[in-house]
Amino acid sequence: MNTLTSLLLAAVLAAGLAGPAQAQAQQKSDPDNPEANATWQQMRTAVFQGRPITTPAEAVLSLDAPERAQDAAIVPISIRTHVEQRPERYIERVYLMIDNNPSPMGAVFHFTPRSGRADIETRVRVDAYTHVRAIAEMNTGELYMATRFVKASGGCSAPPGKDAAAAMASLGKMRFRVEGEVEAGKPALAQLMISHPNNSGLVMDQLTRMYTPAYFVRRIQVSYAGEPVLSADVDFSISENPNFRFYFVPSGAGELKAEVIDTNDLRFETVVKVGAGT
Amino acid sequence: MVGGLLRTAVCAFALAGAGLSGANPGVEPLPVAEIAPGVHVHSGHQAAWPGARADAVQGDIANLGFVIGEHCVAVIDTGGSPALGQRLLAAVQRTTTRPVCFVINTHVHPDHTLGNAAFAALEPRPRFVGHARLKASLAARAPFYREALERELGVVTTAADIVPPDLEVDASTELDLGGRRLRLQAWPTAHTDNDLSVLDEASATLFAGDLLFIGHLPVIDGRLLGWLEVMDRLASQDVRQMVPGHGPPTRDWPAALATQRRYLEGVRDGIRRALADKRTIADAVEALADTGIDGWLLSADFHRRNLTAAYAELEWED
Repeated sequence: MNTLTSLLLAAVLAAGLAGPAQAQAQQKSDPDNPEANATWQQMRTAVFQGRPITTPAEAVLSLDAPERAQDAAIVPISIRTHVEQRPERYIERVYLMIDNNPSPMGAVFHFTPRSGRADIETRVRVDAYTHVRAIAEMNTGELYMATRFVKASGGCSAPPGKDAAAAMASLGKMRFRVEGEVEAGKPALAQLMISHPNNSGLVMDQLTRMYTPAYFVRRIQVSYAGEPVLSADVDFSISENPNFRFYFVPSGAGELKAEVIDTNDLRFETVVKVGAGT
Repeated sequence: MVGGLLRTAVCAFALAGAGLSGANPGVEPLPVAEIAPGVHVHSGHQAAWPGARADAVQGDIANLGFVIGEHCVAVIDTGGSPALGQRLLAAVQRTTTRPVCFVINTHVHPDHTLGNAAFAALEPRPRFVGHARLKASLAARAPFYREALERELGVVTTAADIVPPDLEVDASTELDLGGRRLRLQAWPTAHTDNDLSVLDEASATLFAGDLLFIGHLPVIDGRLLGWLEVMDRLASQDVRQMVPGHGPPTRDWPAALATQRRYLEGVRDGIRRALADKRTIADAVEALADTGIDGWLLSADFHRRNLTAAYAELEWED
């Protein structure tokens, strides 16, 4: 069992959550007091052992999210960091948490000095009114947190995907590209798109009363010229067709390679050739 | 305004029909208008579901209908709360003594399905009819709809309020109401992945569900490009009038389809440009937030959402 799965199981068990209705009933959040959420307090102890967390920490990281989830299934999240990734001091992990989702730990991103910047953009599902948190952990152990309160969508929008059959039909298709001019030694922006239903499995079959199995991307590993630049443990809080934008530092010509593993242990791989400095 | 005219007609009709039956005296029947012989439509408010505790909307935003045959009645969509389903049933029972034999849901959205339970209690139980993908979509989404209803209106529901279809349509089918046939068409992913339209052959009235919006901004919860294709096929049908999912029933449905097409194509073209300009999803939504929405209601509720959904779809285009 990977780290993220055990974390999310711990949180789900601790909170006794069985579905969104219960989540809403049990996990009331106060927009003005991000500390006052029971799930967060449990995660804080379980994941960070009660270590001090500096917040806000605008010199280290900021978090952008819409005030209201327009489409509950696709909520854009942007985490920007303001720390140079130097070998002696860099952001080693960024945790993305959505307090009131059935699986609050949406992703743990692992960075290296070769990431250049520990920025991440992705899209998440938002089940209920909730705080979203980005927590940066330095290689030296300090913790910094940015939070945003996101209102659930109004109307008929819901976190499940829009076309389950289409998502399965194009399962594992990927798009991978590097944006803009690439210059050796300077962080370059890459985007990885994965066609995958990334479903939660929190849907009960009316006849059997059994929940359908969750099926989602659980691990992403990206390397440049054989060296890791980003890895991530992720889960179904990430939207259908997971999408990540991140940085890496190109040197000469090299290959940027992404490997994706889902909960059925299917592996998908894609490569983009990078010609830095040309 | 057409909605106002409809409501006036409704009141006159309701008085004329009063006292016909009245199975549940505590329930106020929903106002309905007879738009063709035997074809009755309730016009919902032009508002976002479910509304707020203090306002008059109370989940009542979709157009609902029923068609009366010689033997029995087909209900088309049931309203955005269990109470609205009861009121629609009361409207049916005030209009006719014939039993309800079919309850058709045009798609999964809560304003069209949450009244189902009122009809599930009838004896004999009607058949519940939906697109072949409705059941799965309802199972995945209903918990969120129930939660929203409780959060916004304080209306508590149970799992039994969610009634899935027991007659599933994967292409097309016909329902016989006795001397009157309904032709049901299941569509590829468009407004949702489970859109079903209902044609009353006798009056050439098409219940388009949310494949057609009038007034209320169209909402993309399926596939934008698929929807545009489905609209081409809708436009080629030989139909006298269309009942949109939202907005007044109309005989000038080609104009209504054209207006909807303009909006959806505007979203498509704007997002394609944003993608070509390498804008991120958040930037693209910001940049297009004020474009293409003139003349539409509820754009503050749905336009950004449409841009978001369209971006996530169109970024996969070749």
